[in-house]
Amino acid sequence: MNLTLKIWRQKNANDKGKMVDYPVTDVSPDMSFLEMLDVLNESLVQKNEEPVAFDHDCREGICGMCSLYINGEAHGPDRGITTCQLHMRMFKDGDTITIEPFRATAFPVIKDLVVDRSAFDRIQHAGGFISVNTSGNTIDANAIPINKHDADESFEAAMCIGCGACVASCKNSSAMLFVGAKVSQFALLPQGQVEATDRVLNMVKQMDEEGFGNCTNTGACEVECPKGISLENIARMNREYLKASLKG
Amino acid sequence: MALDSKIPKGPLADKWTNHKNNINLVNPANKRLIDVIVVGTGLAGGSAAATLAELGYNVKAFCFQDSPRRAHSIAAQGGINAAKNYQGDGDSTYRLFYDTVKGGDYRSREANVYRLAEVSANIIDQCVAQGVPFAREYGGLLDNRSFGGVLVSRTFYAAGQTGQQLLLGAYSALNRQIGRGKVKMYNRHEMLDVVVVDGKARGIITRNLVTGEIERHSAHAVVLGTGGYGNVFFLSTNAMGSNVTAAWKAHKRGAYFANPCYTQIHPTCIPVSGDHQSKLTLMSESLRNDGRIWVPKHKKDVEAIRAGQLKPTQIAEEDRDYYLERRYPAFGNLVPRDVASRAAKERCDAGYGVNATGEAVYLDFAAAFMRYGKEVAHVRGLDENDDALVKKLGQEVVKTKYGNLFQMYEKIVDQNPYETPMMIYPAVHYTMGGIWVDYNLQTTVPGLYCIGEANFSDHGANRLGASALMQGLADGYFVLPYTIGDYLADDIRTGPISTDSPEFDEAEKSVRKNIEHLINNNGTHSVDHFHKRLGKIMWNKCGMARNAEDLKSAINEIAELRAEFWKDVRVPGTNDEFNEELAKALRVADFLELGELFAKDALLREESAGGHFREEYQTAEGEAMRIKEFQYVAAWEYKGEPKDAVLHKEDLVYENIEVKERSYK
Repeated sequence: MNLTLKIWRQKNANDKGKMVDYPVTDVSPDMSFLEMLDVLNESLVQKNEEPVAFDHDCREGICGMCSLYINGEAHGPDRGITTCQLHMRMFKDGDTITIEPFRATAFPVIKDLVVDRSAFDRIQHAGGFISVNTSGNTIDANAIPINKHDADESFEAAMCIGCGACVASCKNSSAMLFVGAKVSQFALLPQGQVEATDRVLNMVKQMDEEGFGNCTNTGACEVECPKGISLENIARMNREYLKASLKG
Repeated sequence: MALDSKIPKGPLADKWTNHKNNINLVNPANKRLIDVIVVGTGLAGGSAAATLAELGYNVKAFCFQDSPRRAHSIAAQGGINAAKNYQGDGDSTYRLFYDTVKGGDYRSREANVYRLAEVSANIIDQCVAQGVPFAREYGGLLDNRSFGGVLVSRTFYAAGQTGQQLLLGAYSALNRQIGRGKVKMYNRHEMLDVVVVDGKARGIITRNLVTGEIERHSAHAVVLGTGGYGNVFFLSTNAMGSNVTAAWKAHKRGAYFANPCYTQIHPTCIPVSGDHQSKLTLMSESLRNDGRIWVPKHKKDVEAIRAGQLKPTQIAEEDRDYYLERRYPAFGNLVPRDVASRAAKERCDAGYGVNATGEAVYLDFAAAFMRYGKEVAHVRGLDENDDALVKKLGQEVVKTKYGNLFQMYEKIVDQNPYETPMMIYPAVHYTMGGIWVDYNLQTTVPGLYCIGEANFSDHGANRLGASALMQGLADGYFVLPYTIGDYLADDIRTGPISTDSPEFDEAEKSVRKNIEHLINNNGTHSVDHFHKRLGKIMWNKCGMARNAEDLKSAINEIAELRAEFWKDVRVPGTNDEFNEELAKALRVADFLELGELFAKDALLREESAGGHFREEYQTAEGEAMRIKEFQYVAAWEYKGEPKDAVLHKEDLVYENIEVKERSYK
């Protein structure tokens, strides 16, 4: 099939940036979206033009590096997937596809479609861990039985890949789903209780400092999340936060 | 230089404990005076950086991704082995050691493997303490599954995302140290050289992938946890950015490269669909717990399937060839990866492949749906003879075990694997070869260490499933942090290492020279053009089956391709910006050297062992034929061109295990 791509081009962080049109031809429906961009880039290199910069690595939906905003949706029109898992069979011959970076104040553009998500890392530095030494001198793994339901729910929260689709999809650029997922993972486990108070206070504080917006319960984040992270995690974080604030 | 593996004396089971008791320690106050560089933030690098910082060293950690959490360990699916014997099925440290040495076709180092098995149980304790949400049973205890090449259930898992959960565990430990200021993290930085001062590794040269800035970083020791080199084949299950550059630069600075030809070709990957393909996707080995692998027994059925006239579900049970169960009754579908891959290739070469290209076999869950469904129906008091109900219940069970894998498959292939068997074919997945290290994980360059997949030490000629995660974390959490102290104990009075030295000047100059050449080359072909051609040579001539004639021609072709690359590659843009093409060009340049050494190593090894299968050396039944005189590690010393590399042998001595024919029948 033949397509027209409208792609955000921005030389660097200081450049204003603009949309540029690129026709692509002979796209196979079995290609992934990123493979289609590979083909475009190959042709740009042949013409001695600059290829389109985009983030990607594992190309199997788990590293969280790819981050395109396609036709107004984070990771494009399909559900429960990342951009690298999006296949061209989701599009029709003759389609025009708009491709932009994930946009948020806290995610400045580095180049073209590449953004800086290090704000997510800094939120994790503030408390996304259990302070246990990595010496191996801990208790036996089976010493604390954990209710399977809680363990499974903790795992579902821990499935977050930190891609930032939640932020890009939110009209307030809120990172509550991302932070809520991490807070929930530990809040649901006995190991996470010891530092529960400090963790939620510190992570939320850092989140605010990074310039992410507030949550107004629109739920767009949950819809666009490639891993199906549930809004319940935000509710749980709010409860944890309230509990921690009352404790002081 | 003669290789000294520094294996401690004494009985196998006591070696690690005795060694720890006897090596030098650095006191906590002095650790503050010592800097360590860790390159790579996967399971090995991430866990090492966190642990070294926790011990008190000043750590600088580097990754080329935008966050340490994205290292390719994240993609590991099935699980992590540990000799916990929670299932009471006869597991032990010795059995894990034995399985690993046998699985590696008697080409790994006994003492290292035993230590790995010994610390494996602690890894699980550690990860649970960190809040890694492993799968649990209803009683609240940890669940296990089985992997290939073993007869026990010792694999711990978190659905099909075990690597993700373990890496996020290591990442959280790393974050804690970054938050404390003990680790300085450099994201989007690529290591482009090791700096050796007075015979010791004292730093690295990096390129900031955002600004293009070439930077100097010094330390008292350098640790590489930079992963494997499967992308030399272009198509592999590795991430797009996975590369050999750090390891190769270390090799060029004096680190011997061991067994480069030992590559793992994983049996269950989604088949290639076309020329546009950029990577291959693994379907976890854990699926072989429940999936049965088959092709049709009759050619006429194969033809009908390829023509679209017949569906696999329409083929009667007696007309299917469950070839692994047929050939290997004892291990069945859970034979090791090398064996399963060769068996798939054998059937496809014989004309039984089930897709258009003839390179696919079925992985079928129909029997598992019914088995699990009956169990659930029984427990819930439902009708066990209602096949539709049983199938539905069974599918729900399978979904909880492997849901994400089934979804990945469906998105890529556009077929529903709950209704029709998966199609799979072997693909490059892991490299057992890597930088040679001694028992302390130190390379042949003093002060330069190598951990995880990047080193060669534990998996011999074939790695067992769920052992890569085990090795990465064992090296990073429990081995390196001890052994590096023995070396650093001599450095407590050294003081900070200056980056203002002729050695740093020279290293930076050589990095800049390569970059300038590539940027100003103005050739006619893209980097990918060369990478794909290299991949084709590797796959066709150094792939699942190799022979002397092909390997000789591969050596010449790769050397020619390399010359062409440097003459004709086109890299648009400049150095002083985010330039993915330049980053790729620097990586492919190194693959083009490694590829040749790989073929040279494969040519030298006139035997079949594990993942290295030489057509000239096979038994009458087509099984790998090991040759006693090759019971050694081939460690290559760099001498200019790859063809000039000099071989050093480390003989492998088996004192605790009888070397015998590796049979899974």
